[in-house]
Amino acid sequence: MEGHGSQGSGAPGRRGFIEVLLGGGLLGLLGAMLYSVGRFVIPPKVADAGLSSVVAGKVKDFGSNSGKIFRFGNRPGILVRTPSGDFRAFSAVCTHLNCTVQYRSDLEKIWCACHNGTFDLYGKNVSGPPPRPLDAFDTAVRGDDIIVSRKA
Amino acid sequence: MTWQALYDWLDARLQIGKLIEFARHKQVPVTRHFYWYYLGGITLFLFAIQVASGILLLLYYKPTAETAFESVQFIVTKVPFGWLVRSTHSWAANLMIFTAFLHLFSVFFLKAYRPPRELTWVSGMLLLFLAMGFGFSGYLLPWNELAYFATKVGSDIAGAVPLVGGFLKTFLRGGEDVTGATLTRFFGIHVAVLPMIFTTLLLGHLLLIQRQGMSPPFIPAGRPSAPPREMPFLPNFFLREAVLWAGTLAVLLYLSIFFPWELGVKVDPFAPAPAGIRPEWFFTFMSQSLKYIPGKVLGMDGEVLGILAFNAGAAFLVLVPFLDRWAARGRRHPFFTWAGIGIIVFMLTMITLAYVKPY
Repeated sequence: MEGHGSQGSGAPGRRGFIEVLLGGGLLGLLGAMLYSVGRFVIPPKVADAGLSSVVAGKVKDFGSNSGKIFRFGNRPGILVRTPSGDFRAFSAVCTHLNCTVQYRSDLEKIWCACHNGTFDLYGKNVSGPPPRPLDAFDTAVRGDDIIVSRKA
Repeated sequence: MTWQALYDWLDARLQIGKLIEFARHKQVPVTRHFYWYYLGGITLFLFAIQVASGILLLLYYKPTAETAFESVQFIVTKVPFGWLVRSTHSWAANLMIFTAFLHLFSVFFLKAYRPPRELTWVSGMLLLFLAMGFGFSGYLLPWNELAYFATKVGSDIAGAVPLVGGFLKTFLRGGEDVTGATLTRFFGIHVAVLPMIFTTLLLGHLLLIQRQGMSPPFIPAGRPSAPPREMPFLPNFFLREAVLWAGTLAVLLYLSIFFPWELGVKVDPFAPAPAGIRPEWFFTFMSQSLKYIPGKVLGMDGEVLGILAFNAGAAFLVLVPFLDRWAARGRRHPFFTWAGIGIIVFMLTMITLAYVKPY
């Protein structure tokens, strides 16, 4: 660029000014494009239904030492009836890498098939890769319904 | 108009003669390990099959959660030869990744990445990552159970990347969870974004090979070297390659016809992950090793540690031409030989475990 600057079409200062203006304008344009594209690819948040409790099943459907997946809003939950007959409910989303867990009556544990993680009947991670316990819900039996609700 | 006249007309505008002249003079070095040189061409051939069969699938495939599984079902049960096209697309994808890995390791051990071919190596590595991206995004498209959980795990892993993880995960999933929005996104990535980037890089990779020629054999310093023997690319090398393409096509059709690719079970977001679940084989060396890393290692989440280790491994491979300074001077440093062997043994062990003893 120096060669051009000395060829008399304008003082180097003026040329530099134009270059800064052009370069700055292009950078600004690029920034504005990247910003808006970056915002565009992240979808707007859909309002959560704010669900606080669901009927997860009927007492008569659960023998002791069994478990079942239920819908909690748009996420899966797992309802377990322990060998001693208690109902416990957790989020069914594994704390390792998001797979959906299942109840293994042979192990009396909650198990994730993806990476062989296990959780005990309190949802605590006891073996394999999961780093945290499953999120727990409250359970209550009303008539024949088992009500699962978020912890207060 | 005769062919000669047509040729002359085109040559006057496009200078085809120069290209033909170039092709005629192109030589391929002949060495003891020279058959490994065919692997890149086979990978290229399989990519061409992917493009053709992929375009055919586009005629019937419908990328939404409500229609994807059914449209693939329609392709494989109702559309004439649909079963063949779909099966070929899946098998060729897997063979392509397989030959790409063979190509990678052969170039690695032949030290063909040494100067001035560093960029050819780097572009090849990037192409492999993109091919795995094709595999990851394409796996979800039939919207079956196995792919659903593989995508949950894969996108959650992206979420563990420092700083940009949250953005990456939401970007890939098109929201908080893997849903129909993810499927539509993966479709766009699979049929538009990746093909565009892949084709551009592939042209660069091939251009580099044309500019520099194929790598001459690695001759350890101090060993007397006879002048390298050569073979004309056209027709000698090309015809040999063409025979291998025909063989590859035969293997591909055999696999597609006698081992048709399964469709599996449609996604049910409220079903647990089925026992024995695993991603495609070329991701199993990662998923299987993640099973052995405990939840916490030295106060760090085990999964993050595992993912960092895989990233470090990938970075090592990409940067090998710049790390292995000995190769340029004709020395075979044992570290790189053993690192290559170590990576292969690790991958093979984990892939075998994933199939034989998953838990």
